[in-house]
Amino acid sequence: MSSISFCLLAFSWDSVLGVLLWIVAAIVVLALVMTFAALSVVAERKVCAFIQGRYGPNRTAIPLVAAIPMVGNFLKRNGLMQLVADGAKFLLKEDPLPEHVNKFWYMLAPVMSLSPVLIAACVIPLGVYWSGGEAFPLSAANLDVSLVFALAVSSLGVYGAIMAGWSSNSKFSYHGAIRASAQTVSYELSMWLAVLPVVMFTALDSDNPLNLFEIANAQSGSAWFVLSQPVSALVFLVALFAETNRLPFDMAESETDLVSGYHTEYGSFKFGLFFVGEYGHVAVGSAIFATLFLGAWNPLPWTEWPEAWGWISSVLACLTFLLKIAAMIFFFIWVRWSVPRFRYDQVMSLGWKGLVPLGMLNLVAYMAVSALAY
Amino acid sequence: MPTKEFTYPAPKGLSENQIGEKMILNIGPSHPATHGVLRLKVELDGDMITRCSPIVGQLHRGQEKLAENMTYNQFVPFTDRLDYLAPMCNNMAFVQCVEKIAEIDVTPRCKAIRVICCELARIASHLVGLAAYAMDAGATTVFMYCFTQREKLMTLFEQLTGARLTNSYARVGGLRRDIPDGWLGNVNNFLNQFPAAVDEIDSLITRNKIFIERTEGIGIVSANSALEWGLTGANLRASGVATDLRKDTPYLGYEDYEFDVPIGVHGDAYDRWLVRVEELRQSARIVKQAIEKMPDGPVNISDPRVAYPQKDRVLRDMESLINNFQVITQGPYIPKGEAYFESENPKGALGFFIISKGGGVPYRLKIRSPSFVSLSAMQEILPGHHFSDIPVILGSFDFVLGDCDR
Repeated sequence: MSSISFCLLAFSWDSVLGVLLWIVAAIVVLALVMTFAALSVVAERKVCAFIQGRYGPNRTAIPLVAAIPMVGNFLKRNGLMQLVADGAKFLLKEDPLPEHVNKFWYMLAPVMSLSPVLIAACVIPLGVYWSGGEAFPLSAANLDVSLVFALAVSSLGVYGAIMAGWSSNSKFSYHGAIRASAQTVSYELSMWLAVLPVVMFTALDSDNPLNLFEIANAQSGSAWFVLSQPVSALVFLVALFAETNRLPFDMAESETDLVSGYHTEYGSFKFGLFFVGEYGHVAVGSAIFATLFLGAWNPLPWTEWPEAWGWISSVLACLTFLLKIAAMIFFFIWVRWSVPRFRYDQVMSLGWKGLVPLGMLNLVAYMAVSALAY
Repeated sequence: MPTKEFTYPAPKGLSENQIGEKMILNIGPSHPATHGVLRLKVELDGDMITRCSPIVGQLHRGQEKLAENMTYNQFVPFTDRLDYLAPMCNNMAFVQCVEKIAEIDVTPRCKAIRVICCELARIASHLVGLAAYAMDAGATTVFMYCFTQREKLMTLFEQLTGARLTNSYARVGGLRRDIPDGWLGNVNNFLNQFPAAVDEIDSLITRNKIFIERTEGIGIVSANSALEWGLTGANLRASGVATDLRKDTPYLGYEDYEFDVPIGVHGDAYDRWLVRVEELRQSARIVKQAIEKMPDGPVNISDPRVAYPQKDRVLRDMESLINNFQVITQGPYIPKGEAYFESENPKGALGFFIISKGGGVPYRLKIRSPSFVSLSAMQEILPGHHFSDIPVILGSFDFVLGDCDR
């Protein structure tokens, strides 16, 4: 199980080809996360415009591309060219390096913010592939402890915020970094308390319950964990909002008091990395949530794509999973533009006095249930 | 070197030995939370504010001195730039002060139009105030909802005066011109859809749990300290003091309109929100009544020393042309005397004190701006709150720096 199991590996065990496929798989995952991050930027602007009764970006046109009949107009109207314009702006603007910053950590912080997200994305199974009666996950790497790995690595992203806040040598950044670190560390706990019952349920009929693929398989053809463990799902979802620093928990960059939080002193491409990192984090968080609670690639609870359909089923499974991620991202955006922001101390008290006790009670309850089930 | 001793005043709920090293933080003059060019110098202990001093004056234009070098009517555009979210109200307050010296009683039609303008401006100003307040609490969508309504008002002002923001509609002894045909119908259309829009904004945020947690018990001003600091308008009413200049010392015939004055109970940020939302509804009520009983007749008084002659007559006969020229170049003739007039503006009581030595130019003009008073209370209100409360409290007081710095 712990080998690299990209779908095509089932055909060939040639080592050179294996390494090449590994690289291809990594690039595919990278491209997927980046695409999701980029599309969520557009989605954010379009959905927020929809919620607020506006049009959103619909004017930006790239010469030549905009001239293509039908397609050009479609891209323009839906703000997809705005995406390219935004990206180009990040790349082409002057990249300032303020005098007063600690240069090494200042440069490292954006990288530190984005890379954990990309690494974590590698272990998420995007779908399922059947070969010789056995199911293989469609993931760049299938670790035995992929759940632990994904959560642990993606939470490393907070180091980016801490580094940025400290090295920027600005009081606003510093406050943002303190808030980001305290908040992320606090909500990590409730996140794990919410995950444990899922692992416990998976362990009932699997010998490898910390593997995301096994957790997803446990929901194939049976109840999704969001139905059998609604409290865990709720706690995990709230903690996910806090982990990804999204409103109502965007303490780290609450622009009304902290200007822009830990990335106040950043501009140009370095800011772009933070920006993509945030949306990448949302996409990966959504993927983890979909895997844990929303039945991963299964179309509906108590159903699954039939194995007999072969690769068609695989494609459908992949699409289902991507659709679920998209729905989750929409949910993130929806919440962000609907509710006000918590205060920092309220976030902490909600985490420690609300979610942690709730998660613990939930865990104890499911321990009792699974003990009875054994 | 950590400072262990407290300066003024001690934060609530903290004993002296809990205080560590403090951080001095400059918020503004260019900062998203400050609604203009306000600079707040705050002393932070961790996340707690221990001291705060608002530093104002970045937008100072010396309007009071400028007024001494121009005629009364020339100063009207300057009043637009005081509280630039409700320029109509400022216009009306200024000309009423001048009219008070000259003991001019404007025509009933003029009064009714002025009431409509003032109340529409109040709605527009409160909408921006509530929008900015909600956005400070993180609710960006409320901001857009409020601005959708305000945009409709701006269109109405544009139809009436030709300008969206700097209206300069009032003149001593009357108005720039009569209302255009069909304008009252447009106002009526706006009023018909407005209550539903307020309800929508209300249901979106007023009973939102997060918003209540952010604002309830925050920035409490007791009735006594509100009076001591000289707070006026909605900020004073939210503290439970039932004063409204429209009721207490009625002007423009406000005594003929039926409206309620909402007051708060706790004087916290949430009460200030509730009071403003209710004032939106009451203002709409007043405008509705004013439209219903809009009198006919001229909008300007007929005194040729004060009011402009009618434009068509200026183009036809010589005497009117000379009269027009005189009023424009020398200003409306205001006799010797002095007066202080305060009107109930959206931000609070805007007062003008004018000394006239006779003629068309004020000898001395002093402005009492409500925003300046609201801001000066910040040094007492902010300490003891969290850093994140700053935008919420600033937003709840709804001030404008153009008004504060003048």
